[in-house]
Amino acid sequence: MKQILGRKVGMTQLFDAESGSAVQVTVIQAGPCRVTAVKNHAEHGYHAVQIGYEEVPARKLSGGERGHLTKAGLPALRHLREVRLGGPAEVGRGDEITVAAFAEGDKVDVTGVSKGKGFAGAVKRYGFAGGPKTHGQSDRHRAPGSRGAGTTPGHTFKGSRGPGRMGNDRTTLHNLRVVLVDAEKHLLAVKGAVPGPADGLVTIRGAVKV
Amino acid sequence: MNQHLMDSLQPAVTESTPSVEVGDTVRVHQRITEGRSERVQVFEGTVISRRGGIDAGATYTVRRIAAHGVAVERTYPLHSTNVLKVEVRRKSKVRRAQLYYLRSRQGKSARLKERIVSRK
Repeated sequence: MKQILGRKVGMTQLFDAESGSAVQVTVIQAGPCRVTAVKNHAEHGYHAVQIGYEEVPARKLSGGERGHLTKAGLPALRHLREVRLGGPAEVGRGDEITVAAFAEGDKVDVTGVSKGKGFAGAVKRYGFAGGPKTHGQSDRHRAPGSRGAGTTPGHTFKGSRGPGRMGNDRTTLHNLRVVLVDAEKHLLAVKGAVPGPADGLVTIRGAVKV
Repeated sequence: MNQHLMDSLQPAVTESTPSVEVGDTVRVHQRITEGRSERVQVFEGTVISRRGGIDAGATYTVRRIAAHGVAVERTYPLHSTNVLKVEVRRKSKVRRAQLYYLRSRQGKSARLKERIVSRK
């Protein structure tokens, strides 16, 4: 199990030590996370571990969360996430997970909540072409066009693409390369962009599609 | 956003960071890797632009008049590890941050007046 929670710090560029080419990276401050619970097949019906991230004053948590953590002798942690496992967990409650679990060159998947764009038109949301800019067109420049056929079927098909709420979705990017690991500052840098705003919560796990 | 963490990743300005100014005539020694062989290419010209201060993405642009009067401009990242050395051969008196006006000039009118700098 290779999974850690963190916060997106921002983007910058680094130079590849070998080729000297510039690599655009997203910097993530990740961990240290603690294993807050272990679930097994016999007791719970499936294998999983629960990991927690970001220490906060105990008063910030609800009574249930506080009890759950203090019973395990753990500090108050703001974020708890469960990670499903294929087999029994190799870690125990209280174990620490740091960025040292990742190495430079690893492929990882990064999950976050994308930035909300509000009620967006079809051009922005689905890449529709919009209407012509010239030839006497008015008010058609970013119009979505036809919604479908006429009397038959007589209604718009469900799931048709059109304007609506965009962004603010859980989004995963697969197979990003880890460019830098700084265990001291708990920093990871992955190549490319990562969903969500700076300071947004992201989950990093070892790539599932290889 | 945690600015401290971003700043900690900012490349440090060291002695190997080229200290080029707009108007300088420079020789840029760039490492070029072709397949397995490696060589150093020297590009000599005038710095006509600097962008991005000392940020990670900062660049400078060198303009040179190559064969047949064809001008070539190359933009280098300030912190590039492939630039081995930048020699400043001459400094000029300039009154612009970017010398893009040189593009529309040639011959005598494309000259810059030298600025004599005392050596430290």
